[in-house]
Amino acid sequence: MSLFRLQGKFTDNLPKIYALYTGGFLLFVALMAIFEQMGMSADTIGLCFVGFTIAIYALIGWLSRTMQVDAYYVAGREVPPVFNGMATAADWMSGASFVAMAGGIYMGGHPYLAFVVGWTGGYVLVAILMAPYLRKFGCYTVPDFIGTRYGGNLARFCAVVVLVVASFTYVTAQIDATGTIASRALQIPYEAGVWFGLVGILLCSMLGGMRAVTWTQVAQYIVLIIAYLVPVFWMSIVQDFGWFPQLAYGDAVARIQELEPMLQVGVLKPTETIAGVSTLTNLHAAPGDSALAAWKFVTLVACMMLGTASLPHILMRYFTTPTVRAARSSVAWSLFFITLLYFTAPALATLTKLQILDPNLATSIIGKAVADVNALEWIQKWGAVGMLAISDSNADGILQINEFFMRADIVVLATPEIAGLPYVISGLVAAGGMAAAMSTADGLLLAIANALSHDLYYKMIDPHAETKRRLIVARVLLVVLGAAAALVASLKLTGILGAVAWAFCFAMSGLFFPLVLGVWWKRANRAGAIAGMIVGLGCGSLYLYLVKWGGMAPWAGLDDLRFGIVGTAASGIAMVVVTLMTKEPDREIQAMVDEVRVPSGATILSSTH
Amino acid sequence: MFIHLAIWFLFAYLIQWFANDLNQFRFLEFPVGFYMAAQGSLYAFVIQLFVFVKQQDAIDREFGVAEE
Repeated sequence: MSLFRLQGKFTDNLPKIYALYTGGFLLFVALMAIFEQMGMSADTIGLCFVGFTIAIYALIGWLSRTMQVDAYYVAGREVPPVFNGMATAADWMSGASFVAMAGGIYMGGHPYLAFVVGWTGGYVLVAILMAPYLRKFGCYTVPDFIGTRYGGNLARFCAVVVLVVASFTYVTAQIDATGTIASRALQIPYEAGVWFGLVGILLCSMLGGMRAVTWTQVAQYIVLIIAYLVPVFWMSIVQDFGWFPQLAYGDAVARIQELEPMLQVGVLKPTETIAGVSTLTNLHAAPGDSALAAWKFVTLVACMMLGTASLPHILMRYFTTPTVRAARSSVAWSLFFITLLYFTAPALATLTKLQILDPNLATSIIGKAVADVNALEWIQKWGAVGMLAISDSNADGILQINEFFMRADIVVLATPEIAGLPYVISGLVAAGGMAAAMSTADGLLLAIANALSHDLYYKMIDPHAETKRRLIVARVLLVVLGAAAALVASLKLTGILGAVAWAFCFAMSGLFFPLVLGVWWKRANRAGAIAGMIVGLGCGSLYLYLVKWGGMAPWAGLDDLRFGIVGTAASGIAMVVVTLMTKEPDREIQAMVDEVRVPSGATILSSTH
Repeated sequence: MFIHLAIWFLFAYLIQWFANDLNQFRFLEFPVGFYMAAQGSLYAFVIQLFVFVKQQDAIDREFGVAEE
């Protein structure tokens, strides 16, 4: 298996290798289906799926081990655009996208589509404003860009702080997701699931850094996209919506809108509250006709877009392409691969909801006798772990819409069981969810550890450290950070989607303007950038605190999911004002900015800086 | 001269692509319904980016700053 060492040969053979891998994975799924028919228990199947996929990722991680700085930080800058697109898609699509997004749409209806739009449209900003220029710069990390563009350790340090705050918030949500899935699939307590997930994540990234993460992320993308698409296609065929659900589920939306008044969705409010779960009270496709609803939609979209363009773990993926041109086309490929999942999520939410609501389908539960519903296997299993609850509030023996409580995060994971698909599909979905959460957690932990080891340790504390020492520091940090994140995750402070939205808001508050203006405004100087980062992160965090815990009424509907709007605005103003008040940067810096905008020629920073 | 080129570069696609982006924001503000938010705008983004890549490459080549 010297395959991964012979890099030149390896990158030439990528399509073949991953085609083989995909075939192998499908074969494994088929094998599991056969075993299920032969009477293998559901628990064993779940165990096999999660165990087998993690073993593969760990193998890839081990084969990609490296002691070279270039390979560790930026995968040797030789990842072809299409594959980098896949890796970015996996890096990007986290537990929130895979596990929580469809659930959000299921529970919240139209307003949650803002996540779908924002998380795709953000790539337009990445391609046009950021990725090609940062690639030209030749940096290893995002603070590396800030530190060199503006000069000085303080600017670099501020960028490190923003990066750590945003990424750490994000990574706890991912480890939370791996814990949820591992605990369900492996039948272990949630806390043990969290640590189990962490070990898997570290196996992928520790030895090979960016190089290992890149190749495991491609593998993880393949698993997660198969796992997401199969149940939707299956349900669509069973429900007679044809072979291509994404185009044909309009009828299903119409049917839900027809059923909603009959079942009194939105009219019947729950008469009791059960911790952690809620009933369906929002209409599926009603955008809300007030200006405030439209404003909230647009601000959430804006938060997600600007956040996308500022998240260090995404931007650093584009440092790995061979050329500037490749970085640009790789953004387009990323968006393509992401869209494959995102335009399926609303379809999944719609079809699953129909399974539960439509009295013509055998799987429906609303309007059935409570005793019958309670006898269903999936109700019992998910009920046992506190993810759903049934309470006959009005004691009429019939399940009404306001008596069925569920946690939004389980919609995707429970869909195969709700729709009565064979258990092998549930195992597949669990493996997919695991892949999504692990791939993002890998990228995030690596982003934090790299920033701390490269920017804080090497550039600021000990600039003479030798390569070996730098890479060991990076790895030790990776383990320590992972453990800290798992510890925080096991406290379960907030939901998955909420934590992710916060991470975006933190990133955009602190980094959006310093990055964009760093490329596009030659006049932008050190003092301005520092002010932008400090004021942005400070105002954003303060606003979050006041709205979430301080009891302050949000301004114009900007609640805790949208605090990035406040932070970014403050950051932009502070940066422009302070820049204009202070001296313009010297000629050398200005020439550097010009140079960044030209694709040809050497990178600004040498490859072994 | 190089600076001019860079500035031109910047404006050529700033105008071209920002107009496009602005359209899309506005388009979201008037909800054209579930479909557009769930799918329509996603298609638009994907197509837009591939076109952008192509055009940008052409511009790079035209002004002799392409790689290779």
